[in-house]
Amino acid sequence: MFKKQYESHETVTIIFEGKSLDVGIGQTVAAALLGEGHLIFRYTRVSGKPRAAYCLMGVCFECLLEINGQRNQQGCMIPVSDGMKIKRQMPPKGKIQ
Amino acid sequence: MSIAEYDYTIIGAGPAGMAAAITARKHGLKVLVLDEQPTVGGQIFRNIEGLEKYRNSEFHKLGAEYLSGSKLVQQFHNSGVVYLNGRSVWQIDRDLGIHNVSTIPTDQKSSVPQFCKTKNLLIAVGAMERPMPLPGWTLPGVMACTAADVLYKSSGMIPQGKVVLAGSGPLLLLIASRLLDAGVKISAFLDTTPRGALIQALPYLPQALRSFGYLKKGLEMLWKLRTSGIPIYSGIQAIEALGNSKLEEVRFKKGMKHQEVSADLLLLHNGVVPNVQISRQLACEHSWYDVQRYWEPIVDDWGNTSMARTAVAGDCGRVSGAVISEISGHLTALDTVRQLGAITLKERDKLSLTLRQTLKNHQSARPFLDKLFQPTQNLIVPNKEDVLVCRCEEVTVREIRETVRLGFQNPDRLKSMIRCGMGPCQARMCGLTVSEIIADEKQISPEEVGYFKIRSPIKPITIGQLAEND
Repeated sequence: MFKKQYESHETVTIIFEGKSLDVGIGQTVAAALLGEGHLIFRYTRVSGKPRAAYCLMGVCFECLLEINGQRNQQGCMIPVSDGMKIKRQMPPKGKIQ
Repeated sequence: MSIAEYDYTIIGAGPAGMAAAITARKHGLKVLVLDEQPTVGGQIFRNIEGLEKYRNSEFHKLGAEYLSGSKLVQQFHNSGVVYLNGRSVWQIDRDLGIHNVSTIPTDQKSSVPQFCKTKNLLIAVGAMERPMPLPGWTLPGVMACTAADVLYKSSGMIPQGKVVLAGSGPLLLLIASRLLDAGVKISAFLDTTPRGALIQALPYLPQALRSFGYLKKGLEMLWKLRTSGIPIYSGIQAIEALGNSKLEEVRFKKGMKHQEVSADLLLLHNGVVPNVQISRQLACEHSWYDVQRYWEPIVDDWGNTSMARTAVAGDCGRVSGAVISEISGHLTALDTVRQLGAITLKERDKLSLTLRQTLKNHQSARPFLDKLFQPTQNLIVPNKEDVLVCRCEEVTVREIRETVRLGFQNPDRLKSMIRCGMGPCQARMCGLTVSEIIADEKQISPEEVGYFKIRSPIKPITIGQLAEND
């Protein structure tokens, strides 16, 4: 859905869903995930449907992720850092559609 | 532990916040700037320092207005202001105690004070896109159009695949023209601006000609779009995003005919509205701006709100763009400097003379633009009953209408009945729509309906963070 126009001057390694990704420094978690082709950030608590980052400026709260063990983190507000562990935010079991 | 105290605390480091900080520092105030973003610039000058340093050729492509931000950023850094990035303000007390947390999860026990006091406060948190609820707008692959701009500026990424833009407003034109410049192939541009909007706006044109720069820029963007060869559909209605787990197709109505285009990315835009979370949490008085259909804090000529020692500047007041925001930042700071006794009333007026003149020139195009790009009414209140209005709690138009008919006729009562506005975004994405639907149901103005009461914490915080806050 998005492509990078250039390679970053420096990268860090983040771990998304257990998989290491080398991503450009100075960008947010949400941008980094979109750049790697990961569109789905979470499954909702109410219907279990997939959601993706929507506004990327801190307003919509659609990019909520689990970052370093903390739930409800706004992926679009947090810069990537080396070794950062990121997971999709999941609803209670059995809800995913 | 002693509590940090400042003369002037500014929330937001966009054009308005930076300008206010520079002026206040010039007159010797002790200034703190808290900004939620990782870097200065706000949305308009997002990642300006990174672009200048690492992607200089693209930096120059962004145009003179963007380049001018660079000077402002430099003055800001040299001003002697205390600038804290990545800080979310979650509560402001009546006596201007400011509670904030780091946005970075690993940094929550940082040494940065999470509470401070200030004599005067400036809210300069900018604007956000108006929510544009339509069928399928929660599907992955549907985004607010400024998201594409954010990705371009901060990560050098551009959309690929089948890209569809839909909606109305100068920002949509700007983003379309940026995408074209970057070589993006736009599959379709769905213009929802109602026919007749131009005729309604014409009476404001003579005044607007005084700031011809804005109109020229707009015409150039339109021309670029028209000559680009991309399919442009005008007078579009009934847009729907279709797909199973992600966007596959966009359906729309032109005249009496429905059409579909296949799409990987749909970028939506229906204008820009002030971000009023903080001014609402502080219970500043707001009024309804009917032309653009949003609430704005009520202010005097210097941006002072109904709350003592509290002002707003920039697009979190009347939405007016970067240049006007910067000037209004300087102006409001001058009055704050006066309130704190560093200059006299006379000095304030003298120092603000040129600023006022420039402001007047730039403002002359606004009534025309506001009228021309009035938000499209059928995108404000979705005419399909099963459209999600509250994305967080997944509440539909139907549920809202039915609950209003049961007698729950203000936003807060609706919230307690059906949870709309209760999720993590705290009504940022549904608040305007909820008031509009109630107004539509009762056939009154949203002004009479009112808005959600915005309560602390205005950003989600953990119980641990709350416990640490004393």
